[in-house]
Amino acid sequence: MKLLSLVLVNLGRNKRRTILTLLSVTFAIFLYCALGGVLDTLAESIKVGSETGLVTRNKISLVFPLPLSYRDRIAAVPGVKRVSVSNWFGGRDPNDPHNFFAQLGVDAATYMPLYRNAAFMSEQTACVVGEALFKRMKWKLGQTVPINGTIYPGSWEFTIRAVYRAKRKSFGEENLLFHWKYLDQHGMGGRALVGIYVLELSDPARASAITREVDAMFENSAAATRTETERAFQAGFISMYGNVPFVLRVIGLAVVFAILLVAANTMAMAIRERTSEIGVLKTLGFEHGTIFRLVLIEAAVITLGGGALGALSAKLLIEGSHFNAMGFLPPMTVRWSTVTAGVGMAVLIGAVSGLIPAWQASRLRIVQALRPAE
Amino acid sequence: MAAIEVRDVYKEYQRDSQRIPVLSGLTLEVAEGDYVALMGPSGSGKTTLLNLVGGIDQPSRGRVVVHGTDIAGLGGRALAQWRSRHIGFIFQLYNLIPVLTALQNVELPLLLHRMSGAERKKRARTALELVGLGDRLGHYPRQLSGGQEQRVAIARALVSDPAVLLADEPTGDLDRKSAEEVLVLLERLNREYKKTILMVTHDPHAAERASRMVHLDKGVLS
Ligand SMILES: Nc1ncnc2c1ncn2[C@@H]1O[C@H](COP(=O)(O)OP(=O)(O)OP(=O)(O)O)[C@@H](O)[C@H]1O
Ligand SMILES: [Mg+2]
Repeated sequence: MKLLSLVLVNLGRNKRRTILTLLSVTFAIFLYCALGGVLDTLAESIKVGSETGLVTRNKISLVFPLPLSYRDRIAAVPGVKRVSVSNWFGGRDPNDPHNFFAQLGVDAATYMPLYRNAAFMSEQTACVVGEALFKRMKWKLGQTVPINGTIYPGSWEFTIRAVYRAKRKSFGEENLLFHWKYLDQHGMGGRALVGIYVLELSDPARASAITREVDAMFENSAAATRTETERAFQAGFISMYGNVPFVLRVIGLAVVFAILLVAANTMAMAIRERTSEIGVLKTLGFEHGTIFRLVLIEAAVITLGGGALGALSAKLLIEGSHFNAMGFLPPMTVRWSTVTAGVGMAVLIGAVSGLIPAWQASRLRIVQALRPAE
Repeated sequence: MAAIEVRDVYKEYQRDSQRIPVLSGLTLEVAEGDYVALMGPSGSGKTTLLNLVGGIDQPSRGRVVVHGTDIAGLGGRALAQWRSRHIGFIFQLYNLIPVLTALQNVELPLLLHRMSGAERKKRARTALELVGLGDRLGHYPRQLSGGQEQRVAIARALVSDPAVLLADEPTGDLDRKSAEEVLVLLERLNREYKKTILMVTHDPHAAERASRMVHLDKGVLS
């Protein structure tokens, strides 16, 4: 027998209590990391946009379009290299209403100017899909994908001509891109309305000046614009979530705090039940420090074990779920920093729930501990 | 040199604002190899005296010297180490750790000594054989009779080979037959192994087995 086997034996005294406490810590840390993961994912999605690329949208709201005629006027602003268009299609998979992914009608020649896939470029109803989506749906090249339009009603069909791989993980590989022209002809009756303009700059240093110039140009038009960096545009997207990030953080901390109290109470109870045994150990010559360590290690096994389990399963399960909020967000991410923070929370739980009983146990006077309770 | 020397010891407890004097100027000498029975009415301070001799409590005043060591001069840590080497405790209610086997209970004090796991196990087994429980090594306390539990406790007190054994009513919770076995064992430890024993008891028959009897009443010996 070794000194540490005493810790194991003590953990095994009341197996149900030990396991329940461990699992409650697991659950709390899982939740903490899962909520952290939502924040991570939002933060990742902001990174989608570059700081130098600009997006021009309708000033009133993202849901209102802009006329195509703005395109050439924006392109004429000094410092703007290229202007592309992109419309949110918002269609549904007719076979599975819960299967969401983003579809965007884009002007391919300017949206992805380096992309030259003849099969895609030359066919009106062609589409290019992200590799992750392609694999998940078990699609094949050349296959026709049916989609029910919501913003642009009707049954639509797109033929997969190419698969793309995202350079930036945050851009996501869960998108279906098709020709804006096709959308205009079959969905807008040639009214040529643009969801957003995507501006590429030749002189990124002029970004804020360009922003002002573009918006000033359309200030008195029927549809005023709002131009911002891609990142700010994405952040604005996120701001639709309002106070959600803050609330998530508070909920995560509240759960950790609640479990901290549970764990502290359990440890205190476990040690109180052993008062006379601790008195015996001390009588035999076990020193304060040894008793202190034994109790602290016991608490650490429960809380760190539970915490590590919760944090890692959050990382594995949530990233494995491929949830991406209809393509609004890049695939769910739980950053390692969040996993570390979760384990840190478990350390905090362990410290608070272990240090107090450990200190009390080590200070316990033998004569008091050995006297039968009065 | 006396094995145990208690000189003019006072002990009082503080409860709320009240001071409760328990021992008032008590003096006791126990020679090396002696076997002393300590008797006295309940609440007379027998356990208190034993605690002072065993170094798990400090006197309010006076000197307690065991094998030449003045206990008052030892701090918490040194005192703990001193106890683990020089004193074996035997309690009325055995005080075994319920989740450890007989062998593990006896190994417990040896965890504080530098030795290999095998050596520890060997010594614990020897101690259990000495108390006649060589065939109960893997039993848990709840699987043993009261008498057997007390013998495991005695093996635990012996295993570090201390010179002094302090027993607080070791037969107080046992039937006649088990009590007899424990008393025979203590006698043997005194005679064959030369252990100095100080035993508190209420039982006059048990007290007669000792080589000497002292009475404690109202804080002083008679
Ligand atoms: N920690 C303590 N705090 C306050 N009073 C105490 C404490 N320990 C002992 N006493 C008091 O000291 C007196 C002597 O107690 P002690 O346990 O030494 O008696 P005892 O002779 O062993 O009695 P018994 O035969 O019942 O075991 C009692 O009145 C008891 O209430
Ligand atoms: Mg007593």
